[in-house]
Amino acid sequence: MTSLKKKLDRSSHLVFPLSVLVVLLIINLIKGADYFKVTMINGVLYGNIPNILFGASELVILSVGMTLVTAAARGQDISIGESGAISSAIFVQYVLSSGNVTIWTILVGFLISCAAGLVIGAFNGTLVSFFNVQPMVATLILFLGGRSIAFIIDGKVSPILANPISNQIGTFIPGVPIQTPIILTAVFLVIVAIVLKTTNLRLYVEAVGVNPSAARLNGINPKKIIFMTFLIMGVCSAVAGFIAVNKAGRHDSVNLLKFIMMDAILAVALGGNSLAGGRFSITGSIIGAYTIEVLNRTLLRLEIDPEAIKAFKAAFIIVLMIIASPVVREYAGKLLEKAKAVISGSSAGTTGGLSQAVVSATDSSGKKEE
Amino acid sequence: MQSEIILKMEGICKSFPGVRALDNVDFVLRKGEIHALMGENGAGKSTLIKIITGVYQKDAGQIYLEGKLVNLRSPQDAQNMGIGTVFQEIALCPNLTVAENMYIGRGRNAFVNWKQMNEKAAELLDSLGIPASPTQELASCSIAVQQMIAIARAVDMDCRILILDEPTSSLDEDEVQKLFSLMRELKARGVGIIFITHFIDQVYEISDTITVLRNGRLIGEYPAAELSQIELVSKMMGKALSDVAAMKKHEPAKSDDSVPVFEAQGLSSAAGVRPFDFTIHKGEVNGFAGLLGSGRSESVRAIFAADKVTGGEVRVNGRKVKIKSPLHAMKQGIGYLPEDRKNDGIVDELSVRDNIILALQVMKGFFRPLSRKQAEEFANEFVKLLEVKTPSLDTPIKSLSGGNQQKVILARWLLTHPEYLILDEPTRGIDVGTKVEIQKLVLKLASEGMSLTFISSEIDEMLRVCSRLIVMKDREIVGELNGEDLTEQNVMHMIAQGR
Repeated sequence: MTSLKKKLDRSSHLVFPLSVLVVLLIINLIKGADYFKVTMINGVLYGNIPNILFGASELVILSVGMTLVTAAARGQDISIGESGAISSAIFVQYVLSSGNVTIWTILVGFLISCAAGLVIGAFNGTLVSFFNVQPMVATLILFLGGRSIAFIIDGKVSPILANPISNQIGTFIPGVPIQTPIILTAVFLVIVAIVLKTTNLRLYVEAVGVNPSAARLNGINPKKIIFMTFLIMGVCSAVAGFIAVNKAGRHDSVNLLKFIMMDAILAVALGGNSLAGGRFSITGSIIGAYTIEVLNRTLLRLEIDPEAIKAFKAAFIIVLMIIASPVVREYAGKLLEKAKAVISGSSAGTTGGLSQAVVSATDSSGKKEE
Repeated sequence: MQSEIILKMEGICKSFPGVRALDNVDFVLRKGEIHALMGENGAGKSTLIKIITGVYQKDAGQIYLEGKLVNLRSPQDAQNMGIGTVFQEIALCPNLTVAENMYIGRGRNAFVNWKQMNEKAAELLDSLGIPASPTQELASCSIAVQQMIAIARAVDMDCRILILDEPTSSLDEDEVQKLFSLMRELKARGVGIIFITHFIDQVYEISDTITVLRNGRLIGEYPAAELSQIELVSKMMGKALSDVAAMKKHEPAKSDDSVPVFEAQGLSSAAGVRPFDFTIHKGEVNGFAGLLGSGRSESVRAIFAADKVTGGEVRVNGRKVKIKSPLHAMKQGIGYLPEDRKNDGIVDELSVRDNIILALQVMKGFFRPLSRKQAEEFANEFVKLLEVKTPSLDTPIKSLSGGNQQKVILARWLLTHPEYLILDEPTRGIDVGTKVEIQKLVLKLASEGMSLTFISSEIDEMLRVCSRLIVMKDREIVGELNGEDLTEQNVMHMIAQGR
């Protein structure tokens, strides 16, 4: 009982992102009761929920990296889409250059693109941690130049990935009822969970994000930790780029993962994380990422004019941010306390056992009302 | 002092939640007077200054400006009444020119007459003898000149009272002299100057009058010429010289002549402490005594490599080692509880549990996290041992009281089982009960074989726990006291006279 309560307390920060998700799902249910319907086509599951999981894969993976960078560096990486475009361009070039494509070609190509992601992460990380450049300014460099680099790697065309394995990675593997990107995302999240469980990543990142000076005096090197979060971000970008390019079947250096950093930052914020760094919740960010995908699809489903979708999205986000703002939270907290005092007062009244504390609580709430 | 009174404060009281910062304090400033405001940490100097400058509102008392009762509701009010302030941290814009810095935000017009502004600035700089050109970028001036420009800015606002809060702390000797000649110039013009510093020699060089505060109370106002340095120190520390005999004898932990646990020769750091030698034996408790800013914190930070070590030779248990970072120091069995609990000690948003295990966890390494159960056990053990009052181990440390926060940081270091533990001001800002608990704990740890360095602003506390005191003044060790010589009187003499 007490351990359950403890667990609930620990997850209290997830209440907000989860309730947003639930509200969106309810809106969808009202629109059509068959929302959760899943159908099997050619042995693969399709429907709204599988589509959401499929569509959000890259965003979920990127929001994990963004959470860590935000927590440690107290700033955001805005070059993640470009970073994914570069590393996936390298992946495509490797695959195309090795005539006969086997699963090993893909795997080696993937590892090479991850290495490219690490290099990009090291570049951003060096600027931020060792040269003290603001994260957004440091990553602005690749945000501006990254797609040109990818375009040049592509040989100034948009190469097509026309091999069956890539196709299976981007869609589904025959005989497996779940689409491959969903499985890859799940594997990625399991690895993240294992890393968090078997290392001190959380403690180090949070300590550096909350108080770098104290972290240093306890033997943590804040520069190294910030650098490391950028390396992780680089790998996340590479994985997201890998999934995106296999989904698309071609490498479009201009549009691949375009403006996805905005959604990733939003996912982190929706997940209840402070964009000023410190404590973080990766679960929150993941829920945030799925929420954004649901939101996009909800607006489509409500048949809003495609031209107006962005405006509707913006309006919805403004409402969310106001609800989540400290001002509203404080006010809600006060209301909640008042309600609690009134309820406990009346229940105590019926049982007849008026304790001193309850009396004073109701008294003070009564005074406030005056 | 027959001269005309500019500022008179009577019966000033100010309380913060849980603290009485000022208790019925009187203060008088006269025309053309340089008045030093002295006191150790927490004495109430900065609270008094903030009331004069309108940052804080007094709870009780009257303030008279040139005989008129005034009400200072905001810093703007104070400025309009001719009270100028220059803080330790220069609040100017380094990328603007000297003249811009002097006049920006001052005029009522949206437009600036650049030519007129530069001319006026040149005139003022010249008349005050400040070696700077109005069109020069501020960043290209030395710190001392920047300091003077900040003063010029304050003076030009028709200032009758000038408050200088630690203006000399980042200046070298020559620069201090330049600043002093500027102060004398202003004094001659009839400006009343309130001067706050931790450098006692400077107080005697320039001040006419000294007011001493202690624990929020006025101790007294004295003509500088009639108050000896030793008297000043004893008033600041709150111990009459004759009180010394009444002190109860402490029982210092025994030190032996075997290989020292820690030994340093010519140690120096980037924080600017003069190279010093230092030794501590097993089971010994020693301390660095000296006023704030004397270099005692910088010395222990050099031992722990908290600041970049720039020279010296270090031996731990006789082995020569090079300590390059706090992590190195921790691996050599050294622990360090920093002076500034809020900024360097606690990781305020993290839980009590995470704060306790932090140092141990870092020593174990990135890939060897403690299990949640282990962490909980360790944290529980020390929460019980040190009687930390916390609702739960998951509570963020920032919601605990200062004393309990300090116990958590102590627990953090005790958990690493250090051979040598440095405690810099472990009892500052915490309640009396906890203070005594911590003192007892230090003696107990020493009797169990731990070596400790204990630093405190309260000298009787150090005398109670330390068997040897290293006395510092102006960033230099001026002497060492132990055994029979270790008396309050000797410590104060040494601090005051520097030998």
